[in-house]
Amino acid sequence: MAVAYRDSSDIHVIRPAAHWVDLGAGELWRGRELLYFLTVRDLKVRYKQTFLGIVWAVLQPVMYMIVFTLFFGRLVGLYSPSQKYALLTLTGSVIWLFFANSVTLSSSSLVGSSNLITKVYFPRLLSASSPVFAGLVDLALSSGVMLVIMAGYDTFPTWRMVVAVPFLLLAIGAALGVGAWLAALNVKYRDVRFAVPFLLQLWLFASSVFYTFAALHLHNPWRTVYWLNPMAAVVEGWRWAWLGGPHPTYAEVGLGTLGGAVALVAGIVYFRRKEREFADIV
Amino acid sequence: MSSLTSSDAAIEVRDLAKRYRLGQAEVLHGSLRDAVADAAARALHLARGRRPPKREAIWALDHVTFDVGRGEVLGIVGRNGAGKTTLLKILSRITEPTHGEARIRGRVGSLLEVGTGFHGDLTGRENIFLNGAILGMRRREIQAKFDEIVAFADVERFIDTPVKRYSSGMYLRLAFAVAAHLEPEILIVDEVLAVGDAAFQRKCLGKMSEASGEGRTVLLVSHNMSAIMQLAKKCLWLDSGKVRALGAPNEIVTAYLSEGHVSEQPGFADLRGPAIRVGVPKQTQKEILFESVRLLDVGERTSGVFFEGEPMRIELGLRSNVRASRLEVLCKFSTLEGTLVFTLASGAMEVDIEPGAFALPVEIPRLPLRRGNYLIDLYMLTSLPQDDIRGAVEFEVAGPQGVVTDPRRVRDYLGVVDVEQSWGLPERVGESSPATITG
Repeated sequence: MAVAYRDSSDIHVIRPAAHWVDLGAGELWRGRELLYFLTVRDLKVRYKQTFLGIVWAVLQPVMYMIVFTLFFGRLVGLYSPSQKYALLTLTGSVIWLFFANSVTLSSSSLVGSSNLITKVYFPRLLSASSPVFAGLVDLALSSGVMLVIMAGYDTFPTWRMVVAVPFLLLAIGAALGVGAWLAALNVKYRDVRFAVPFLLQLWLFASSVFYTFAALHLHNPWRTVYWLNPMAAVVEGWRWAWLGGPHPTYAEVGLGTLGGAVALVAGIVYFRRKEREFADIV
Repeated sequence: MSSLTSSDAAIEVRDLAKRYRLGQAEVLHGSLRDAVADAAARALHLARGRRPPKREAIWALDHVTFDVGRGEVLGIVGRNGAGKTTLLKILSRITEPTHGEARIRGRVGSLLEVGTGFHGDLTGRENIFLNGAILGMRRREIQAKFDEIVAFADVERFIDTPVKRYSSGMYLRLAFAVAAHLEPEILIVDEVLAVGDAAFQRKCLGKMSEASGEGRTVLLVSHNMSAIMQLAKKCLWLDSGKVRALGAPNEIVTAYLSEGHVSEQPGFADLRGPAIRVGVPKQTQKEILFESVRLLDVGERTSGVFFEGEPMRIELGLRSNVRASRLEVLCKFSTLEGTLVFTLASGAMEVDIEPGAFALPVEIPRLPLRRGNYLIDLYMLTSLPQDDIRGAVEFEVAGPQGVVTDPRRVRDYLGVVDVEQSWGLPERVGESSPATITG
């Protein structure tokens, strides 16, 4: 009910919106407590009535690792055992699944809370971003298990792991942007529901989750195109932070960051532009 | 922009309007393919040098202007589709106006539904915090009022139980308790009084008159006329999106009731118009909709007037866009003041519905109502809610002919329900004759 998203003293004018886009940063900041409660709700509700519960957060990347290792590692014979192919795919899967799950849940967030949107005003962006923050808890758990499996392979992280943080931020930004864009699109076109799994599958192949970039032997201009995908930089960077080995160059990370920034800004701008119709059409 | 000078007004509404496009629902709810097909059809028209057919539009709110003074309670009345809910949604910032503006001074709290954002899997405690935050309360505020809220709702023992295990009464009480502890300067309330039992409704009314007593500005939409007259200091009558009248609640309510819900044909209502469904809850699927309702008297004539104890036949026209195997329909009879008198419930019927139109009859052998005017609400569900129309049709119950009495006075003496009864004649009890003493 009450709109505490503004001061009580000011005069609020309601009129048809102008065409420029106000990102509403102040409003979002004042809604931070609501974001917290929405995130807690997402976390508590996510694994309700599931048999395995929170184990799912851990099971997914481990299954990815096993499947990829069996098929690509052995069958295709891409990698020699010394490269610890299992760990390559495990680290990649952990961060990829954070992104993919966040985008999936975020894209259905508005449609899923249509009852809320038609009955009360709050900054809608909070609803689309809470799945991303809830996803961080899953990521922490699966990263823990990742460390355990790494230890099993006699691999331990070094100081380099602090580099994981900026790459994680890039993943969060990309997930927020893409998630917000898809969530807004989903309000109008329910096609999104069918397109998202497919889109993410393709995106998985375009990001080096079960291979390394070096194995692709790409040349320009495809090299540049490849690195514009923010998740390519995230996966390679995240993997290097934990395992060492080949790392993306500054230029490559710069391209990915550019791609991520474009996704974030474009997604949020589109969301804000469409936000005003949500209640009428959701 | 208009000049806005009256500084003591909490809400100033100037020329406010909201347009919905007809057909918007179909296009927008549809998929990309429908949108592409629509665009292609329009392009084809253009290519042939013709203007594409204009999409029809309705003004759900048609250039409305009024003020609400600080601390004033404004009651808003009007029939379905008159624009009441649209107005409240614009003032609550849920939806945007197409035209005009509203200036609002102070923090707004809007309560368009009880329990918005409640999640069945969360406990009462968790829901209080989540719901409070959604309604715009600060965490500290909620913490400070937590005990009070729990006590008001009377759910202390179940506060750590998921609310899906609550009875519907407990659920409503808790939901209302959170909302009731908000302290906005302007409170916007829509039909909250329509839910819950009598005790709950009294509690709501009490809390609202308390709010106005504290100098809060209240906007109240209700079909419950006695609540409007009891609470409001001023009353706004909306009709087809326009302001029909604005003034003292007694006068407005009397005028509104005396006009009745005039339709072209008494005892029949066409329910296909989109304006009728502007206030219908969004969670309804709208795959099967009411198209019409017709009231038939003993001579099979469509009628808006029935005599006490006469049979009544209701014919519902439905249209389905899907196949369905289960159908449940409710016809709720209430007085114009909003008191629910009784409900005709079909129960879950095993049906075999194909897409298309069909008719569903229901008969009351003996109408158990006293003189007065009544409204029928229609509600339909399959396994999911489908349609929900408040005040779909109005009818009058007339007393014995020749006896002219004000129905509202009759009601005070006789009540609403006409119960079948049989009386005996007075008979002496005890000893049949005085005892005689014989000596």
